Amino acid sequence: MNELHPRRRSQVVRQSLSVGLATGAYGVSFGALAVASGLSLWQTMALSTLLFSGGSQFAIVGIVAAGGSGVAAVATSSMLGLRNSLYGLQVSRMLEVRGLRRVAAAQLTIDESTAVAVGQPERQASRLGFWVTGVTIFVLWNLATLAGALVGDALGDPRAYGLDAAASAAFLALLWPRLRSREAQAVGVAAAVLALLLAPHSPAGVPVLVAAVTAVVAGVRPRREREVPA
Amino acid sequence: MTLWATVLTASAAAFGLKYAGHVVPHHWLEGPRTRRVTGLLPVALLAALVAVQTFTSGHALGLDARAAGVGVAVVALLLRAPFLVVVVLAAATAGVLRAVGLAA
Repeated sequence: MNELHPRRRSQVVRQSLSVGLATGAYGVSFGALAVASGLSLWQTMALSTLLFSGGSQFAIVGIVAAGGSGVAAVATSSMLGLRNSLYGLQVSRMLEVRGLRRVAAAQLTIDESTAVAVGQPERQASRLGFWVTGVTIFVLWNLATLAGALVGDALGDPRAYGLDAAASAAFLALLWPRLRSREAQAVGVAAAVLALLLAPHSPAGVPVLVAAVTAVVAGVRPRREREVPA
Repeated sequence: MTLWATVLTASAAAFGLKYAGHVVPHHWLEGPRTRRVTGLLPVALLAALVAVQTFTSGHALGLDARAAGVGVAVVALLLRAPFLVVVVLAAATAGVLRAVGLAA
């Protein structure tokens, strides 16, 4: 297979590192929120190391903090993680790895590593981008989580520092880039309204799970003509 | 479920889902509807999480310092602020409003 030109190589590495730095850094907010929500330092670290998917991690912490059941937390986390299966499908074609390397690749399969990989025109660059982005985020995300957890532990009352508002803002910032299409905006509004209607009448964690129905309904409904693939 | 069981079960499920994408036959996950639903699921779940996290306390709906924090977060996102800045601004807004007694 063709080697990547050194100039392209450093271009891809630079892009991967900048995405990795930006993403890894906000592990601080996850670490602080997690301990403020009642997770121990080790439980917080276990989520960043073993689960390693930002949206799912924030969701578990949010549901646990609200008094939701473990089942609701696992179900929400897993539905959020379902998109990583699709990412795995895309990147597995570029990586073509087996055995332990495939296990490592799977663990590193998240939004950012996939985005950098599929954004490269050459296969060699995709592979490089995937690994550099994934490993950088994994290392920084875990270090930042540790720092956030230690700081959060020392803070005391989380509400005094607005950490509950920080959790809302974290969900919103994760949602924001996904709201480009009209359909996504409609699903987002419908899900939020449905969750708020259910909240007074159902156990914590359940409104969010039921709101997922809006995605299923929107996804399976018949398409308009112009959206038929060419 | 204990907290540890929740953490470990969710982690196992998350890895299983990632690994499945790498090993299952490609056509399993490739229907246009499957792809659409999988793409919209994070939107629905995250939007519901924003709503519940911001506007509920236990079973009661209400407006407090969190809503102001999220309002500031929206402005920051419109101005293309990075993730960490958005989160810190929201926390600072809520924290200051509470400290000066302007919101619960």
